[in-house]
Amino acid sequence: MRTGLPLDPRDRGGLQQPMLIARDLRKHFPVKGSGKSVQAVDGVSFTVGKGETLGIVGESGCGKSTLARLLLHLVTPDRGELVFDGDAVGAPEGIAVGALRRQVQMVFQDSYSSLNPRMPVRDSVAFGPFVQGKKKDEARHIARDMLSRVGLDPSLFGPRYPHELSGGQKQRVNIARALATGPRMVILDEPVSALDKSVEAQVLNLLRALKRQFNLTYVFISHDLNVVQYISDRVLVMYLGRVVEIGPIDAIFERPLHPYTHALLASRPSMDPAKRIDEPPITGDPPNPIDPPSGCRFHTRCPFAEAVCEAADPVLGPWEGMQSHVAACHIHDPHSGHSRFGNA
Amino acid sequence: MGKYILRRVLYAVPIAFGVSVVCFSLVYIAPGDPLQTVMPPDATAETIAIVKHAYGFDKPLPVQFLIWLGRVVTGDFGMSISTRRPVILEVSQALSNTALLAMFAVPIAFFIGYVMGAVAGSYAGSWIDRVVTGAAVVGVSLPNYWLGIVLVILFAVQYMLLPATGMGPHGSTSFDLLQWSNAKFLVLPVITLAMIPIGILARTTRAAVAEVRNQDFVQTLRAKGLTEWAVTRHVLKNSLPQVMAVMGLQFGYLLGGSILVETVFTWPGSGFLLSKAIINRDVPVLQGTILTLSLVFVTTNLIVDLLQSLVDPRIRRA
Amino acid sequence: MTDTIVLDEPLDTFEEQALPATRVRGYWQSVFYRLRHDPVTLAFAAIVLLIVWAAIFAPLIAPFDPYKESIVGRLKPFGWRGHMLGTDELGRDMLTRLLYGGRVSLLMGVVPVLIASLIGGMLGVVGGFAGGRTNTAIMRMMDVFYAFPSVLLAVAIAGAMGGGMANGMLALTLVFIPPMCRVAETATTQIRSLDFIEAARATGARTTTIIRYHVLGNVLGPVFIYASSLISVSILLASGLSFLGLGVRPPIPDWGLMLSTLRQSIYVVPLVCALPGVAIFITSICCNLVSDGLRAAMDVRM
Repeated sequence: MRTGLPLDPRDRGGLQQPMLIARDLRKHFPVKGSGKSVQAVDGVSFTVGKGETLGIVGESGCGKSTLARLLLHLVTPDRGELVFDGDAVGAPEGIAVGALRRQVQMVFQDSYSSLNPRMPVRDSVAFGPFVQGKKKDEARHIARDMLSRVGLDPSLFGPRYPHELSGGQKQRVNIARALATGPRMVILDEPVSALDKSVEAQVLNLLRALKRQFNLTYVFISHDLNVVQYISDRVLVMYLGRVVEIGPIDAIFERPLHPYTHALLASRPSMDPAKRIDEPPITGDPPNPIDPPSGCRFHTRCPFAEAVCEAADPVLGPWEGMQSHVAACHIHDPHSGHSRFGNA
Repeated sequence: MGKYILRRVLYAVPIAFGVSVVCFSLVYIAPGDPLQTVMPPDATAETIAIVKHAYGFDKPLPVQFLIWLGRVVTGDFGMSISTRRPVILEVSQALSNTALLAMFAVPIAFFIGYVMGAVAGSYAGSWIDRVVTGAAVVGVSLPNYWLGIVLVILFAVQYMLLPATGMGPHGSTSFDLLQWSNAKFLVLPVITLAMIPIGILARTTRAAVAEVRNQDFVQTLRAKGLTEWAVTRHVLKNSLPQVMAVMGLQFGYLLGGSILVETVFTWPGSGFLLSKAIINRDVPVLQGTILTLSLVFVTTNLIVDLLQSLVDPRIRRA
Repeated sequence: MTDTIVLDEPLDTFEEQALPATRVRGYWQSVFYRLRHDPVTLAFAAIVLLIVWAAIFAPLIAPFDPYKESIVGRLKPFGWRGHMLGTDELGRDMLTRLLYGGRVSLLMGVVPVLIASLIGGMLGVVGGFAGGRTNTAIMRMMDVFYAFPSVLLAVAIAGAMGGGMANGMLALTLVFIPPMCRVAETATTQIRSLDFIEAARATGARTTTIIRYHVLGNVLGPVFIYASSLISVSILLASGLSFLGLGVRPPIPDWGLMLSTLRQSIYVVPLVCALPGVAIFITSICCNLVSDGLRAAMDVRM
């Protein structure tokens, strides 16, 4: 992970202290008129170590994007807390949201709306530093530097408008914009999902290189398992607003614990005709986040579901440090009474 | 669906309330003592005192408003200063005369405007489109009262075909529609009144039709093998909601904006009543007319919105 | 997992560095470019400018005194004794009065739209960006004024206040604030939910900063287009008010007022009496067409 670069001057707790701890984050969006709410994020906890890339993977609607915004306090959590490098976010003795935003930034999914259509690209990048106190000239200088670091010639691309750029170029501008303020951690919300495969590879390589250059920590959100596998050190699997499995990248991909993870991995299209499958590994549509199933939320689609799965919420297994591989599934819980415990 | 109707109707209530507040305050933005505005200039001191008490001018504003509101709701709009007749009588009679004009102007304007716009939209980019759009722009840029004057010059002065002003040889009291000697007074005012709505409707319809035509589902229809005429019918049906909204607005404008046309033709409608009230500083009539006309407008919009939701199922869900 | 190339050099071997062959052109520059190549709009814009110029320089180019009456020279047709466009019912030269009248009519047409754009635009941006209850409150207030047909509202306010140019302009401003507010609010609401606004918030920028740098630039376009289309409406409404006697008072020349006073005389010199309306019509239609051209130039799907 880390390549022996010196600690950032803003570092507070050394390498052992996690960069970010999320505890029991909860965000429900009330639906007008019906009294119910969309349970977008429902009790998510995890840890991000300094210098690593944590991949967050899940299907659409599982709450990944809401989680991303919660981490930057773009959306305020209903419950739960965030601890950034030892300081509680939003607490009086901890770190303020404004200060958090000087150390954490976000790269959005490229869409036509991620860059201001009326602003030349260099001004979009310079806006961040400008807002955080730099003078206009200095901010523009930083912008030019950033643009060249992401592989765009600043004199050629700087004055351009977003509509003149290709998808890959726009995404590189997004990355430049996120890095212009000098963050220590970057949250990337589906940054390559809208790109062609060849461009995707280039942008991923760029991200890896920048991470090394700037000593960054990444939280990388995607629905694409192959991408997550390529770039992450550890992976968090989400389903319907909850954490379903966490672990190091190899463990997750070679020995998945949770049936959902297993199904996700099995459903990846393969180039090898010998691996062709006839039955879909997962059936049915994801249930509605407004009315999630009781107990384990996956039980309606799980081939191993039993009575206990509908009755009780599974808990993430015992956490034994950053290399732990745990899942929230009754199969792996000795106290659940699930018939398959011990031989899953 | 019923929920939507209920919500829409309920929504109209605070609007109507706001409208009445605005009408009420007209008296107070008028220069001078509000009391003077409701009294004829030759009132005795006694009358003044009685009226002052009855109107509650000696009470605080919100109370005055409630008193006024209470009277209005029961139909008591006060007395006209110039004619000493109850305002409500004046207004209702004038309104019926305006309604007569609207009754003819509305179908003519809507039909011509819609057809023009639909044709222009269906042949967007062709010379038909350009001609229609040009005519529409002209219609919208003409001061309609000037058009009235020009029509009068042409048809009444130069060629003496139609009467210049008034509502018939016997006025509004015995207007017999079926007799040409009466009905010919309708012709010029109706044409003048219809002009701006025709222009606006033609433009709106053209834009709506052209836009719907470009949507993907039209190509799907053609691919399914529908005749061009059938496709056009679908397009027109889909563009109807947008057009209906504008039609509703235009109906309101015909009612409220008739003041200019009626003044030109001396047609004794609500608009003419309004302009007389302004000249005579007859504030009770001013208030009463404006209140009535705007409430009619609010009601019209309500009805049009409900009709629109019938035609466009997407709105019902909103 | 497969390890990949660690790139430490600057990355310049990506896909097409080549951009379209066009020069870098900002939004406003492309608008001007499109306008310059639109002869119809340019022609009408030239006419509008001519009218404005004539109104401004009326004292210099008018042949006669607009207030000088002549008992013997009343209601004379075109060309009588040097009066190119005839005389009015008090013997004053029509051409001169039309030129001077342009000043009042144009003023009453433009000023209310300008002020309404400022006030309505501000309210709309505030409401649109704040969202929620604030927005609902503002828009409901606007809805009350929307409940009146514009002519009626203008006449009501101007009439209640007693007429006169200032009251007329005030009435028109009040009539135009709700639609301007609505246009600004719609545009702001559309922008507000876009990602780049969230990105701006993520840098920790204050709301006012975000509005200034990101929102205004995007809202200005629709507001400007709408305002330009309102100018012709304003001219029509303003002359309508004057026609009813709610604008300037005689003997100040104003096109609407002139139409009204000349109305009785249509049996004598119909062409002369129709003239002020011609002026209103030409000004209004040219403004309309220029505004349409502006919309076409500015309404680009970027």
